[in-house]
Amino acid sequence: MDLVVDLSVVLFAIGVVGALVRRNVIVILMSVELMLNAVNLAFVAFSRMHGNNDGHVFVLIVITVAAAEVAVGLGIVISLFRNRDTVNVDDVSLLKW
Amino acid sequence: MLNEGVHTSELLRLIPLFPLAAAVFHGVMIGLLRRPLPRAGVIAVSCGAVLLSFGVAILALGELLSYPVESRVLVDDLYTWVGAGRFVAEASLLFDPLSAVMSLVVTGVGALIHVYSIGYMDDDERDDKGFQRFFCYLNLFMFSMLMLVLGDNLLVLFLGWEGVGLCSYLLIGFWYGDEWNAYCGSKAFIVNRIGDFGFLVGIFVLFAALAQVGHPTVEFREIQTAIGLLADRTVAMPWGGEWKLLTLVGVCFFVGACGKSAQIPLYVWLPDAMAGPTPVSALIHAATMVTAGVYMVCRMSFLYAAAPGASAVVAWTGALTALVAATIAVAQTDIKKVLAYSTVSQLGYMFVAAGCGGYSAAIFHLGTHAFFKALLFLGSGAVILAMHHEQDTDKMGGLARYIPKTHRVFGVGVLAISGFPLLSGFFSKDEILLSAFAAEQIPGHLWLYGIGLGTAVLTAFYMFRVHFRTFYGECRAPAELRSHIHEPANTVMYPLYVLAALSVVAGLLSPPQLWGDLLGIARSNSLHHFLEPALSRGAVHTVEHSVEWLLVALAVSAFVVGAGLAWWMYVRSPEIPGRIRERAAGLYRAVANKYWVDELYDTVLVHPLVAVSDRVLYRGIDAAGIDGVVNGSAAAVRALAARGLKYAQTGLTQSYLFFMIVGALAMLGWMLRSS
Repeated sequence: MDLVVDLSVVLFAIGVVGALVRRNVIVILMSVELMLNAVNLAFVAFSRMHGNNDGHVFVLIVITVAAAEVAVGLGIVISLFRNRDTVNVDDVSLLKW
Repeated sequence: MLNEGVHTSELLRLIPLFPLAAAVFHGVMIGLLRRPLPRAGVIAVSCGAVLLSFGVAILALGELLSYPVESRVLVDDLYTWVGAGRFVAEASLLFDPLSAVMSLVVTGVGALIHVYSIGYMDDDERDDKGFQRFFCYLNLFMFSMLMLVLGDNLLVLFLGWEGVGLCSYLLIGFWYGDEWNAYCGSKAFIVNRIGDFGFLVGIFVLFAALAQVGHPTVEFREIQTAIGLLADRTVAMPWGGEWKLLTLVGVCFFVGACGKSAQIPLYVWLPDAMAGPTPVSALIHAATMVTAGVYMVCRMSFLYAAAPGASAVVAWTGALTALVAATIAVAQTDIKKVLAYSTVSQLGYMFVAAGCGGYSAAIFHLGTHAFFKALLFLGSGAVILAMHHEQDTDKMGGLARYIPKTHRVFGVGVLAISGFPLLSGFFSKDEILLSAFAAEQIPGHLWLYGIGLGTAVLTAFYMFRVHFRTFYGECRAPAELRSHIHEPANTVMYPLYVLAALSVVAGLLSPPQLWGDLLGIARSNSLHHFLEPALSRGAVHTVEHSVEWLLVALAVSAFVVGAGLAWWMYVRSPEIPGRIRERAAGLYRAVANKYWVDELYDTVLVHPLVAVSDRVLYRGIDAAGIDGVVNGSAAAVRALAARGLKYAQTGLTQSYLFFMIVGALAMLGWMLRSS
C-alpha cells in the first residue's frame, strides 16, 4: 500500500520537474500525462484501501478528460510547429509586457 | 374620520378633475404626440374645463346651502393615500363655507382670466405649441389650487401647495428664451421652498405632538377636536426659553405662509414674478396662489385662536409688510411692479386681519382683492398690449384719449382698491381696520390700526399716481408708437367688464354691521355669517357705533388725502415730483431701489451660499473628495501596474507554471499546517 503511494509521489514529482525544466512542448505534454497518471495510481490505491469504487470512477473520468486534453494539446503543438517552425516554449513568449 | 354633521358628495371630485384632465390632455398632445392642437381646440378644452369646474362648484354650493347652518360640511373620500399603522391620510376633499368661497373665487376669477388669456396670448405667442403649453400650465395650476383649497387634511393641502409653486415657476419662466425670466422663475421657486420648509416642520411638529397625546392625524376637523389637548404643552427652544407648542406650530405654518403669500422677509420673489405673462400675474400672483397663505392661516384658525403669540407675529408681520411694500410702490415706474408691491401690501392687510382674529374679514378682503387686483392686472395687460409691450409709465401718459374703455375699467379698479366709499375695497379694508382696532389681545393693536390707516393713504396715493401717469397728461410715447395704440380684442375686454362689475358690488356681500343696517342687508345673508361655522371666532370685541363711524370717517379721509395728493402732484402741478426727487434725493433713491433689500439678500445670503456651494461643496467635497476617491483608486492601480506588477508577465509558459506550483504548494502547506 505505502509502496504504491510512494510510487505515485515519485511519478508526480518527475512530472512536475519535467514540466518545469524541459523546453520541448511535446515533452512538457508527456510530463503532464505523467502527473495525471500518478494521480490515477493514487486514486486506485486509496480506492482499494477504503474498499469502495469511488476512486475507480474518478480514474475513468480522468482518463477520458486526459484523452480529450491530449487531442487538443497535440493540435495546438502541430499548429504551433506549422506557424513558427519550433517546438521550444521559450520561443513562444509574445504575450508579455 | 368624524362623520357627525358631515355629508358626502361625489360632486366635489369633479371640481379639480376637469382642469386636471385638460392639463393631461394638453400635456399628451404636445409632449408625447408632438402635435399641438389648433388654437380654437385649445381654447375650447381649457376654458371649457375651468367653466365646468365653476359650474360644479356652484352646484356644490347649492347643496351646501340646502343643509342647516351647523352641518354645512361636504366631504368626498377618494381613497386612502397613506396608511401606516395608526397614521392614515385619506385623499379626500372637503367643502365647507371657507372652501366654498375659495373655490368659487378660484374658479370664477380663473375662468375670466382664461378667457382673457385667449386674446392676450394670441397676440403674443406666435407658436401654436407655446399657446397650448401656456394653457396646459394654466389648467395644471387650476387643479393644484383647487386641491389646495379643497384638501381635507394637511397632506392634500400641501400637495396643492407644492403644485401651485411648481406652476408658478413654470409660468413665470414661460418665455424662457430670455434668461432673466428663467432667473425670476427660479427665484420664486427657491424662496417659496424656504417657506415650504417651515410649513413642513410645522406639520411634523404638530403631528408628533398629536401622536403623543394619542391622536396621530393630519385631518383638519380631527386636529380641531384634539387641539385642546395640546394647549398647555411647551417646547424648549434651542436658544433657551420655553415656547408654547401651539405658538411654535403657528409660527412654523406662518413661515410657509410668508413664502407663498410674499410677506417680509420672503416677499422678494413676487415683484420679480412679474416677468411672467400678464394673465399669470393676475391669476397666480394677485388673485389666487398668493392668497394661499391667508387661506391656510384661516383654515388653521382654531390653532391661531389658541396661540395668541403666533397671532401677534402674523398681525405684526402683515402690518410691516403692508407699510413697507406700499412705500416701495410709491416710487416704482413699471406699471406691473406697482401692482406687484400693491399685492404684497394688500396681502399684508389680510394677515393683519387674520392675526387680529378677524378671519372672515381676511377672507372677505381676499375675495374683493381677487376681483379688483385681477381687474387692475388685466387692465395693465390691456395697456401693455395697446402700447406694444411697453410697461414703463414714464413712456405712457395721456392714454385716456387712445384707449377710453381700458381707461374707465382701470379707473374702477383704482377706486375699488383705494377704498372709494361703497366699493368693494372700502368695505373689506374697513372691516380689517376695525378688527385691528378692536383686537385688544394683540400687543400694540392701535399701532396696527395706525399702520393700516397710513397704508390706506399710501395705497390711494400710489394707485392714483399710476393711474394719472398712465392715462392723463401729455403722451410721452414715441410718435410712431402713438399712432399704433389701439383698444385690445373683445376677449380681453369682456373679462374686464365682469371684474369691474364685481369690484363694484362685491362689497355688498359682507358689509360691516353698521352699513348692513343702513343698506337694509340682513346680517344672516352676509358672507361673514356664512363663513362663521368654518372659522374660529377668535377674540371678538365689539366697538361702539359712534367709534365705528369715526373709523369710517378716518378711512374715507385716508382715501381723500391719498387720492388728492396724487392729483395735486401728478395732474395739477406735475413739476412737484421732480422737485421732491431733488430735495430728498437719498430717501427717493432708497425707495426707488426698494431699500436695497434684494442687494442685501444677495450679499448676505445668496453670494455666501453660492460661494460655499461652489468652493466647499462642489470643488471641495464633490470634485476633490468623492471624485478623488473613485478616480484615485483607478489611478493607483494603473501606477502600481506600470511601476512593478507588469514585470510578472514574462510571456514564458514555464514561469507561470512555476508560480502556479509554488501557489499550490503554499495552499497545501496552509491546509496541512494544523494537522
